[in-house]
Amino acid sequence: MRTGSKISPYLYILPALIIVICFRTIPILASFTASFSDYDIGGFHGFVAFSNYERMFTDDRFWSSVSNTVFFVLGVVPAGIAIPLVLAMLLRGELKGKAIYRTIYFLPVVTSAVAVSVVWTWLFKPEAGPINGVITALGGNPLMWLREPRGIFEMMLSPLGIHPGGIFAGPSLALVSLMIVSVWKSIGYNTVLFLAGLENIPGTYYEAAKLDGAGKWGTFRHITWPLLSPTTFYVLIMSTIASFQTFALVYVMTPPPGGGPLGTTNVIVFYLFQKAFDRFDIGYASAISVFLFVVLLGLTILQRRFGERRVHYS
Amino acid sequence: MKKAQLLKQALLLAGGIAMLMPFLWMVSTSLEQGGLQNYVEAWNRVPFGTYFLNTLIVTGITLVGVLITSSLAAYSFGTMSYPGRDKLFLLFLSTMMVPQPVYLAPSYVILAKLGWVDTYLALIVPWTTNVFSIFLLRQHFMTLPKSLYEAARLDGCSRFAYLWRVALPLSKSVIATIMLFNVIGSWNSFMWPLVVTHSEKLRVLQVGLSYFNQEQSSNYQLLMAASTFSVLPLIILFLFAQKHLAASYSRSGLKD
Repeated sequence: MRTGSKISPYLYILPALIIVICFRTIPILASFTASFSDYDIGGFHGFVAFSNYERMFTDDRFWSSVSNTVFFVLGVVPAGIAIPLVLAMLLRGELKGKAIYRTIYFLPVVTSAVAVSVVWTWLFKPEAGPINGVITALGGNPLMWLREPRGIFEMMLSPLGIHPGGIFAGPSLALVSLMIVSVWKSIGYNTVLFLAGLENIPGTYYEAAKLDGAGKWGTFRHITWPLLSPTTFYVLIMSTIASFQTFALVYVMTPPPGGGPLGTTNVIVFYLFQKAFDRFDIGYASAISVFLFVVLLGLTILQRRFGERRVHYS
Repeated sequence: MKKAQLLKQALLLAGGIAMLMPFLWMVSTSLEQGGLQNYVEAWNRVPFGTYFLNTLIVTGITLVGVLITSSLAAYSFGTMSYPGRDKLFLLFLSTMMVPQPVYLAPSYVILAKLGWVDTYLALIVPWTTNVFSIFLLRQHFMTLPKSLYEAARLDGCSRFAYLWRVALPLSKSVIATIMLFNVIGSWNSFMWPLVVTHSEKLRVLQVGLSYFNQEQSSNYQLLMAASTFSVLPLIILFLFAQKHLAASYSRSGLKD
């Protein structure tokens, strides 16, 4: 009986522990090991030190997947903060129809990325799609959207005779189309986070500001914005981490083998996926996943460090 | 004041329409030409019935697994003290820091070694525990007063009976949160089933829809009908549980 109660705490954990070790811990560790080995469809062929990493750092497709991902993050994250912040400011307090707005904004969050992608692929269709339909009805020129490999800066500047090349051409319109969908899908979630953050700001601050005769902008600038900064920072890091892992939208809207027109929507997880499951190049794919892990870990640490220091309510 | 309210409403309405537009277009396109007949045709063109059933099976069994393993582990982590507890808990938590794409390839190799590739086991077993759910429930169990436990034990209540008859009934709200997160997660999960299953009879809804999209890429009416019936169950669930869901999301700050 005694020994029974001594081991029973461990027995309660056991089912969860088995799953965690077999399907999280071991694969995670294996991913590091595999990144130092020659591992392909035929299995393990021995350790190769850093050669997967050397290959990665000299692989143009890898670097283009990194720059595509960075473009994606730089596009999605600021918009995914600005729009929800404005919406949360509008939605705070007493408001007619508040519940309905919240429902509508949140709807894309619970909708699967695959279904969202199928619908937006149709909306973006160059020939018959509704978005080009609206553009032509308004007298504009239809765009190729998901099939457009040209960079958006190049597209905007080429009528002026300027032709920026390489990275300066900007993300392709195809990638920008994916960004639009990604922002649309995450707006509701970030709005809910901002609303919760706003509710946490004590009303006394606003009363004091009112007594001091602060205007609307002044109140936002000096009270709301600084006191909301922990939430903003949290949303910033979480959206960055999520955007780094974009996969389903890319896979469904710009399907393999290409990774979009001329590979311009080939983001890092998509590239990793192709290497691992189309080529079964597990060793190389693992090197890429370790790279991804290091980047995301860095962001998580940043969040812990600054996120906690910045919480400074009363 | 009145003017400001009006402007607010106008902005929110415009935003709301922008958010809703893709859904409206989805439904209206799905009804073009054939009307409701498009739904019947999409449903029968590929075995969507099988996809639905598979998704239901996977979502349901995974959920039961998560609830069992999480309540047991959270009970141990949150209410008992023993050597190694905190280290074990840290081991659990550390896996939350690593996103799925990072360990996807080795997971596949492990499943292949177990002979589980292209079986229900591969779709279900690895997800029958969820560290975040354990974390949420543990936090809640820690808030239950110790006196409650002692009183129950004096009344002859066994350790397990306390969990089952006292602790869990007092955790309904947390359990509802866990259920919602896990149902949404399983229902919408795509990358995993795409990798670990190949045959059509094991295909889940999201994978089926993505293949349907590739095969019927110019048949918009059917594609939109299929999208509509794929998202409907979760949208209905969301409409019923939205108050709880929004609160859970903002409390926990967790996304898929």
